Amino acid sequence: MTAGVATYMGARLLGAIPMLFLMSLVVFAIVYLIPGDPVDAMLGQDAEQSAREALRRELGLDQPLWRQYVSWLGRVGQGDLGRSLRAQQPVRDLIVEKLPATLLLTTSAALVALLIAFPAGIVAAVKRNTVVDLLAMVGALLGVSIPSFWSGIMLILVFALTLGWLPALGYVRLTSDPVAALRHLILPALTLGSVMAGSVTRQVRAQLLQELGRDYVRTARSKGLRERSVVVRHALRNSLIPAVTVLGVQFSVLIGGAVITEQIFAWPGIGQLAVNAIVNRDYPVLQGVILTVALLVTLVNLAVDTLYVVLDPRLRLS
Amino acid sequence: MSSSTPASVSPEPRHRALGRLARSRLALVGLAIVGLTALVGLVAPLVVTADPVAMDFTALLKGPSRAHPLGTDQFGRDVLARLVWGARLSVGIGALSVALALAVGVPIGALSGYAGGAVDNVLMRCMDALLAFPALLLALGLVAIMGPGSTSTTLAIGIVYTPGVARLTRGVVLAERPQEYVQAAHALGQRDRWVLARHIMPNCVSALLVQASVNFANAMVIEAGLSFLGIGTPPPTPSWGLMLNEARAFMTSAAHVAVAPGVAISLAVLGWNLLGDGLRDALDPRLTE
Repeated sequence: MTAGVATYMGARLLGAIPMLFLMSLVVFAIVYLIPGDPVDAMLGQDAEQSAREALRRELGLDQPLWRQYVSWLGRVGQGDLGRSLRAQQPVRDLIVEKLPATLLLTTSAALVALLIAFPAGIVAAVKRNTVVDLLAMVGALLGVSIPSFWSGIMLILVFALTLGWLPALGYVRLTSDPVAALRHLILPALTLGSVMAGSVTRQVRAQLLQELGRDYVRTARSKGLRERSVVVRHALRNSLIPAVTVLGVQFSVLIGGAVITEQIFAWPGIGQLAVNAIVNRDYPVLQGVILTVALLVTLVNLAVDTLYVVLDPRLRLS
Repeated sequence: MSSSTPASVSPEPRHRALGRLARSRLALVGLAIVGLTALVGLVAPLVVTADPVAMDFTALLKGPSRAHPLGTDQFGRDVLARLVWGARLSVGIGALSVALALAVGVPIGALSGYAGGAVDNVLMRCMDALLAFPALLLALGLVAIMGPGSTSTTLAIGIVYTPGVARLTRGVVLAERPQEYVQAAHALGQRDRWVLARHIMPNCVSALLVQASVNFANAMVIEAGLSFLGIGTPPPTPSWGLMLNEARAFMTSAAHVAVAPGVAISLAVLGWNLLGDGLRDALDPRLTE
């Protein structure tokens, strides 16, 4: 790692501190801004007084608000996200148990999306204003426009319920049965990946078209280089650098989309954990999931920004 | 210098932009879909006479017929009526949440970009903190705070899109602030608020229009998504997302119940995306001669 990159990362990490502080305030507010008494919201108004008092103490609600926040932040800093009111387990354990399924789903969806988007975007740019371009762009637009909760249902209807090729619901660990795990993964990954595929196809096409119009491409062509070489060795390499930044944004979109995809396919990830937490009024779990996801998104964005600086020497020099 | 017309926007580029928009076939298709959805939503009671929540246990999960052009659902409710009333809900929540995001985000962005310094730093860090949360997850958290319902869904979606609007507005204000026409307005003794409102802000309109159309599409998806998860609009109110969720249990026996709301959401979102693309192409200053 060069000194420039290290300095950049240091500055970004320092800059992230106030943002993390503000994010923690938002997450803290999720429990403490609930109208009325959070204990009522969690236990119901018919709960016994002793149970109410115990929960009040457990949540620290008998303390001033600022002290509640400071003590909550201190506990979070030590990795203690509280206890689930329903499962009576530490929230951290629940998240650690569910997170691998969500990460498997999101990374597979990203892989599906990139495998579709890059060839489609490149072909659309190279064959600009042809039928191929039109088809690729219509496909991309449909990918962006069809919500995952409908495409998922339709995929289940066709490939699971009608053709019987793939299982409709459920999750199998990769370590227990890799073939069954992959069969269960295909439909959810396609569902979640299709939205990202549409968005990245449009991005790759736009970036490549921009590069193909630059002077250095004209120079490469005038030197007599073959078109394939001009596109792949010159224009594509440069157009991929800005495309990297899309990955950070898309990670946030994917992990948000995973909430719905997990619900459709009964996929036991942290999205399903969050939805169940809302239904069961298990607010410490909801708080823990939202905080974990926000931290993950921030870290991925930091990594993507650093990768951008590593890939583009001009940014390092500046 | 006239203070009643924005200094940097002449009517000609606007006419050229409208011309480009009118020549884009895809944008016009988008505009037609958007207009049709809005119209159907507005005049829902005139479009269908059937009651969207009236149950008929003698006609459960029936296919399309003359009495029920899109069939009936598991409670014998008319799918077409629910679809049309669902359009009203979807368009209404989309419009109000986008309006809320603009009403809050534009002043924050304008103040941030114009004031600069500590004000800018504080406001933008707050916006960045909200942007760090995935949109759907933040909306979920906010609806959990406010309780399920159309009002809380609208507020949640509006809050989710406020930081993006604020960032965009700030960017345009920052770019315009050093321009000569702004300095000239200051030299003439015009007050900051006046310079910002009358000279700088009109330059944000193009970018905000594009952003608003994209946000509208996403707002419809989030509203339907929250209802699909059972957290947004409560039953029996007709919502496209709720209709899809309820249809999952009857997919093999009555696929039409799942197809109709899915096509409606996809078409409406496609319309806004096409319109957004058309507006971007028409208003992009790089394409302006």
